Amino acid sequence: MATTALEVASAVRAGERSARAVVEEHLAVIGEREAEVHAFNLVMADEARERADAVDAAVAAGSDPGPLAGVPVALKDNMCTRGVPTTCSSRILAQWRPPYDATTVERLTAAGAVIIGKTNLDEFAMGSSTENSAFGPTKNPHDTSRVPGGSSGGSAAAVAAGFAPLALGSDTGGSVRQPAALCGVVGVKPTYGAVSRYGLLAFASSLDQIGPFAHTVADAATLYEAIAGHDPRDSTSIPEPAAPVSSWLDDGVDGMRVGVISELSGGGIEGIASDVQARVRVAADALAAAGATVEETSVPSVIYGLTAYYLIAPAEASSNLARYDGVRYGLRVDGPNTEAMNVATRTAGFGDEVKRRIMLGTYALSAGYYDAYYGKAQRVRTLIIDDFAAAYEKYDVLLSPTSPTTAFELGAKVADPMTMYVNDVCTIPSNLAGHPAISVPYGVGDDGLPVGVQVLAPLMGDVTMFRVAAALERSLP
Amino acid sequence: MSSPISRDDVAHVARLARLELTPDELDRFTGQLAAVLDHAADVEALDVTDVEPTHHPYPLRNVQRADVVVPSCDRDEVLAEAPASEDGRFRVPPVLGEEA
Repeated sequence: MATTALEVASAVRAGERSARAVVEEHLAVIGEREAEVHAFNLVMADEARERADAVDAAVAAGSDPGPLAGVPVALKDNMCTRGVPTTCSSRILAQWRPPYDATTVERLTAAGAVIIGKTNLDEFAMGSSTENSAFGPTKNPHDTSRVPGGSSGGSAAAVAAGFAPLALGSDTGGSVRQPAALCGVVGVKPTYGAVSRYGLLAFASSLDQIGPFAHTVADAATLYEAIAGHDPRDSTSIPEPAAPVSSWLDDGVDGMRVGVISELSGGGIEGIASDVQARVRVAADALAAAGATVEETSVPSVIYGLTAYYLIAPAEASSNLARYDGVRYGLRVDGPNTEAMNVATRTAGFGDEVKRRIMLGTYALSAGYYDAYYGKAQRVRTLIIDDFAAAYEKYDVLLSPTSPTTAFELGAKVADPMTMYVNDVCTIPSNLAGHPAISVPYGVGDDGLPVGVQVLAPLMGDVTMFRVAAALERSLP
Repeated sequence: MSSPISRDDVAHVARLARLELTPDELDRFTGQLAAVLDHAADVEALDVTDVEPTHHPYPLRNVQRADVVVPSCDRDEVLAEAPASEDGRFRVPPVLGEEA
């Protein structure tokens, strides 16, 4: 069975393999391990078969179904699929069936892909372990006593377990890259606005960005090209076509300038495990051996990223999640009047982490505290952008760990939200700045579990980011 | 250092956010929110008075679509997913007063 998406698409387009057979093979793998991993909220077996047959019919009729012909894709369950339940892993959306498709879903279909299921997540994408799901946690396929990371843990686990060669997640503070690192797959957060958010259920609108999971950088690049590009239905969409990120994957890093962020590599933020730091050093040496100039560099204000993020993201969430009021969709718990119904619905429908963030955001935005919390966080966000700008005058890309540690035990961090939040310390700065970043699996830690190395690039630097990631991937034995 | 958020503050924001908390939840959430806000103290010493706030990471301004009517979601399809509907509209309990 072909392992990469590019191999699958090439074989399907050439009529050498049927998309239907590809779907059946993946459904069989799901049948073997899904009960143990719990990557999916919904496996769309019938829809996937029907869709695969349509792809095969197109090939038989002599037309080209597209660059992802017949490739199964697992979709995070916070992207709208018309007529198919979209839950955000929350009781409050229950079995809501959206009346429209997200732009990413339309573009996947146009590229010939086959959506094979909706994947589990931390409720409303709030979390770093996929334990905050109303439908139970997802397990890490490498060790099912450990978390897959989050919030897109279902998508990361689906790719790692071989349930689909590709998946989509959303990344607000690291929710694609951190689970990719913990599950040993590639995960990408594109430049903010590169991929349309139309049909993505909003968490923090100035930070949310949809991105690919794959086994290889080339597969991730192909998926990126399929979903990126301007969408008039998202007012924050960059008015440019998708960046041709696949074109320079083989060009190497000779002459490039790479800065290793010292604050995230043991010299500032505490808690970055030594085995993870060691893998970043190996990656830096590999890029140097491939011809890049590699130096340690300081991006001083990244140490304030966590604080800025945990004020800005909840503030935006408290506003975005006001729409779940029992009136138009999802759960309703009745009450004697509309306000009582709103309160009863939200109280029963949201889990603890979502309630915490809604209250934190409401507080940060409230009269008397706005300037001290939200206003200050937005100014710190500017400092981070300015420090990145200074670094990118000297370097083409920056390097850091993706996650401070390898995958941790289920339940280890659920009791203390702040301990959980620290998982995102390396990934958050890119969201605050809107910059692209990618996690490349790069060996294992002392416990034998995957470690991800993060390549960060400036705004619209997605092509360079993919190029360096491909060079890193080639440097692995 | 005094707690950055009190139990009464949490009860107040819960009301604003249309959430009902049990006394146990109030205690627990107060401690947890205080821990997050305590961590935020790390930026207290930063002087950012002359720094402009960033609301949004990509410099787009006044994005408007063409003023052309296009089909929207089908009303019946939307209402079929509503908890309650009547005469082509969403139905809710009384806004003022209470249901008899």
